[in-house]
Amino acid sequence: MKIKVVPAILATLAAATLLTWASRPDKALAVLSVSKDYLFEMLSILPPVLILCGLFDAWVSKQTVERLMGEASGIGGTSIAFLLGTVAMGPLYAAFPIGKSLLDKGASLFNVAVFLCVWAAIKIPMVLFEIKFLGAEFALLRLALTVPAILLIAALLNTFRLNTSRIQ
Amino acid sequence: MFTAVIWGVAGLGLVLSWAKNREKTRQALQFFERAFLSLAPSIVAIIWTIGFILTFLPSEFVLGTIGRNAGIMGVVIAAAFGSIVLIPAFIAFPLAASFLRQGADVRGIAAFVTTLVMVGVLTAPLEVKFFGRRFTLLRNSFSFVMALVIAFIMGEVLR
Repeated sequence: MKIKVVPAILATLAAATLLTWASRPDKALAVLSVSKDYLFEMLSILPPVLILCGLFDAWVSKQTVERLMGEASGIGGTSIAFLLGTVAMGPLYAAFPIGKSLLDKGASLFNVAVFLCVWAAIKIPMVLFEIKFLGAEFALLRLALTVPAILLIAALLNTFRLNTSRIQ
Repeated sequence: MFTAVIWGVAGLGLVLSWAKNREKTRQALQFFERAFLSLAPSIVAIIWTIGFILTFLPSEFVLGTIGRNAGIMGVVIAAAFGSIVLIPAFIAFPLAASFLRQGADVRGIAAFVTTLVMVGVLTAPLEVKFFGRRFTLLRNSFSFVMALVIAFIMGEVLR
């Protein structure tokens, strides 16, 4: 983000809110109240996640992460990535700083991609919830298709990244 | 629940870390401060946008109209809708279930649920901050396509 994109977006949003307020004050209030709810949700989750990333950064050595989840870690490293993703319960944006910390510490891009996608799609409480509402047939079939899809996405991301670094 | 656990773990971690090594703990807190300050403006922008979308584009309306009239376009629109909105699973699953009961297309519902969790257009600016534009664009595009593939396979199997 070279130009100040975020301040520009914030200014646009403020203007849009004021315009909405002028014509439909009730809608403007709804916008602000929904935003407030989500803001509190994010603010309640991100600080502890970032603190944990900071602790991880300070305490866990690069060699350890590289050995466990690096390029040479094989199926073991991918299994760790998978497991880390499933036991989590937070929203996907909470996984971004964690995935980035892993990447910086030497985990392979493939494993970090698996971690992110699994965190997004396959959380154990969420699967149970889906079975309850949409039925075991729907939920388990979707799960069975999601696992290979995630591995494929991670493999594609891996190759595309390699190609770029070779060209540049 | 998740929030309480993660605060507890982070707090415990800080206390243990402080007891063992003050310097490393200070380092960790500096990391936290830097990351948080650089993320805060994007987060406010994302959340404000979500406020607008959820206010002017109620999920019930959109899912209700696209869910029923099958067609490949309907499935793609359902997937696109799932990519944009950020609805917690505990609201999305019951909603999806009620549409399925009303005879909505399984493919549309599967596409919506899959992109809802795997594709994040609104959180993309945040993802870019951590992983760069290329990674974010590719991860979300691949996930979108895979969601459609999953949806069409499910349509065949659950027919």
